[in-house]
Amino acid sequence: MLSQLRAAWRRHDVQIGSIVVIMAAFFSALSPAFLTLSNLGDLLENYSVMAIMAAGLLVVLISGGIDISFEAIAAVSQFFVAIILVKFGGNWFTAFGLAGLFGALLGIVNALLIYYLGAISVIVTISTMTFYFSILMFMTQGRSIYDLPSWFTSDMSWLSIPFPVMVAAVALLVTLVLLSRSPVGRQIYGLGGNPEAAKRMGCNILGLQCLAYGYSGFMAAIGGIVQAHRVEEVVPYALIGRELDVLAAVVLGGASLSGGIGTVSGTVLGILLLAVLQNGLTLLGVSSYAFGVVTGAVILVSVTATAYASKRQQRRGVRDAV
Amino acid sequence: MPSDLVSSPTVRSRPRFAAWSDPTVTLLAVLVVIAVIVFAALTPARFLSGDTVRAIAFQMPELGILSLAMMVPLMSGGLNLAIISTANLSALVMAGVLTNLIHPTSPPWVIVAAILAALLCGMLTCLVIGFLTGVIVAFFGVHPILVTLGTMTLVKGVAVLATSGTVIGGFPPAILFLGNGSVLGIPASMILFVLCAVVVAMMVAHTPFGVSVRLIGSNEKATRYSGVATEWVLVGVYVVSSLLCWVAALVMMARFNSASAGYAESYLLITILAAVLGGIDPFGGFGRVFGLFLSLVLLQVISTGFNLLGFSPYLTAAIWGATMIIAILIAVVRDRWIARIWPAKVK
Repeated sequence: MLSQLRAAWRRHDVQIGSIVVIMAAFFSALSPAFLTLSNLGDLLENYSVMAIMAAGLLVVLISGGIDISFEAIAAVSQFFVAIILVKFGGNWFTAFGLAGLFGALLGIVNALLIYYLGAISVIVTISTMTFYFSILMFMTQGRSIYDLPSWFTSDMSWLSIPFPVMVAAVALLVTLVLLSRSPVGRQIYGLGGNPEAAKRMGCNILGLQCLAYGYSGFMAAIGGIVQAHRVEEVVPYALIGRELDVLAAVVLGGASLSGGIGTVSGTVLGILLLAVLQNGLTLLGVSSYAFGVVTGAVILVSVTATAYASKRQQRRGVRDAV
Repeated sequence: MPSDLVSSPTVRSRPRFAAWSDPTVTLLAVLVVIAVIVFAALTPARFLSGDTVRAIAFQMPELGILSLAMMVPLMSGGLNLAIISTANLSALVMAGVLTNLIHPTSPPWVIVAAILAALLCGMLTCLVIGFLTGVIVAFFGVHPILVTLGTMTLVKGVAVLATSGTVIGGFPPAILFLGNGSVLGIPASMILFVLCAVVVAMMVAHTPFGVSVRLIGSNEKATRYSGVATEWVLVGVYVVSSLLCWVAALVMMARFNSASAGYAESYLLITILAAVLGGIDPFGGFGRVFGLFLSLVLLQVISTGFNLLGFSPYLTAAIWGATMIIAILIAVVRDRWIARIWPAKVK
């Protein structure tokens, strides 16, 4: 029993999960407003867009790459769909379908460049991010779209679950199935863990990369649509500059930058950690100017502690072997 | 990364200027010449003028010094995402010291003392940030992207918390001179940038520290086993990177006559682009300051040229992104040609 507990404690998602629970207990003890249904609903809704995009980024990270361009893809798809909806009308099906298709296409462009140029993903996606976003700013001249159709902006909730939260739940569920219940998901883990081994086992590397980056683009575009629904407008520069926040959340959830490691549950906990922290601090009356300091400190402490633990474990392993 | 976007260390006796034997440098030099010829043909009277050269010389230092700050960690196989926030916090510290110590009626010696105090405080800020980053990277073995993601958020957070998002401005003329003044027609900021570039180039190429940095970038374990204190070299890498941010902070505050937590944030990813375009291997180990210099010249020539043609600055940024992809593409195609014509030359 004790050894089982100790083994469980070594798991990253258990550690992050306990921190989230402890923090939630702390905040609900200090502020009666924390543990109310409306506050928790707000909390989930505020972080639903981040969760959708994080699901896509997680798949790319597991495949051993990194995607910096997803916020730019989201901004471009958001704008593209908004123009079509305003001009020709449509429904939720066309909105999500068009955005997803466009986002996936832009993501696949990343994958093709990475595969055929043999360049590393961070450089390619920084280049395409710059390219996509500047083209968007050039075409729109920074102008926003406010006259979105009323069906698009009207509040939709089911059993008082906000619409963005439902979409986020579906996105995370689909990602979970893709990663841990499908053969392709295992291949993505394999590609990230050891690309050469994956190649020799006969995995279609180009196909897997197209899937990973296309999925990231797809989810980013869906997140962009949900974000437009929430704020009831499309501002070309609203999303850009937040890509590193999403990356921080996914990494807090235990995904490794060197590929092959990461789980959907960890990602959810990573986002919850940031969400509970910021929400709790707001309720305690801490100025929003202090968020950066707290978030930065949490990221630093978390990544340092994780690395320190794995270093100690390695050392213990060496000692046992000797 | 294709292998020859990266310079290979020359073994034969050193030529006078080793950079010319570097294929990346040749490629960039050709691209710069092509860009200059194209823009000169499109805007005959205006592009080839002193004004253009001066505009380029005024715009380059800021991005240039920040790119140097990005280059040093890149060569060690790392990355420093905190450069912009470090520069901003350092500028804010210096701005705070200056505006608190100097009043309109202050005698000259107070102004001099205040400037010295400000420089010292700004430098100390950067030293502390760089040292902490380096210690976490080196002694805890955390991936530099993660560490600097944390320090970036933390340092920016401190800057935002201290200023509540406001701008601090109004500096003595001696500071402003660094941003807008010229010596013999050369902008002071450009002199500062060239000085930094020469120092970094010398350090990377000709000092034990620089050699260790490149070795760590190639193979950290092998470097440690050959007796180099890799941990302390890595600490040094992030300290040097942060100190370059201090110089960048000076140029930035002088140019804007103000400091804020949010300046120049769009430069962060552009510095990585500029460094990699300049032939710095993002996996570490290889690269030349001269290559970085040429890539900065190329980017500035493109932006100034498009500006003269009346294009939107957004389109220029799009062209920058495309330039990167095209440069990698050219290197890949050239690789295949070399492999076909001269198979022995390729590993």
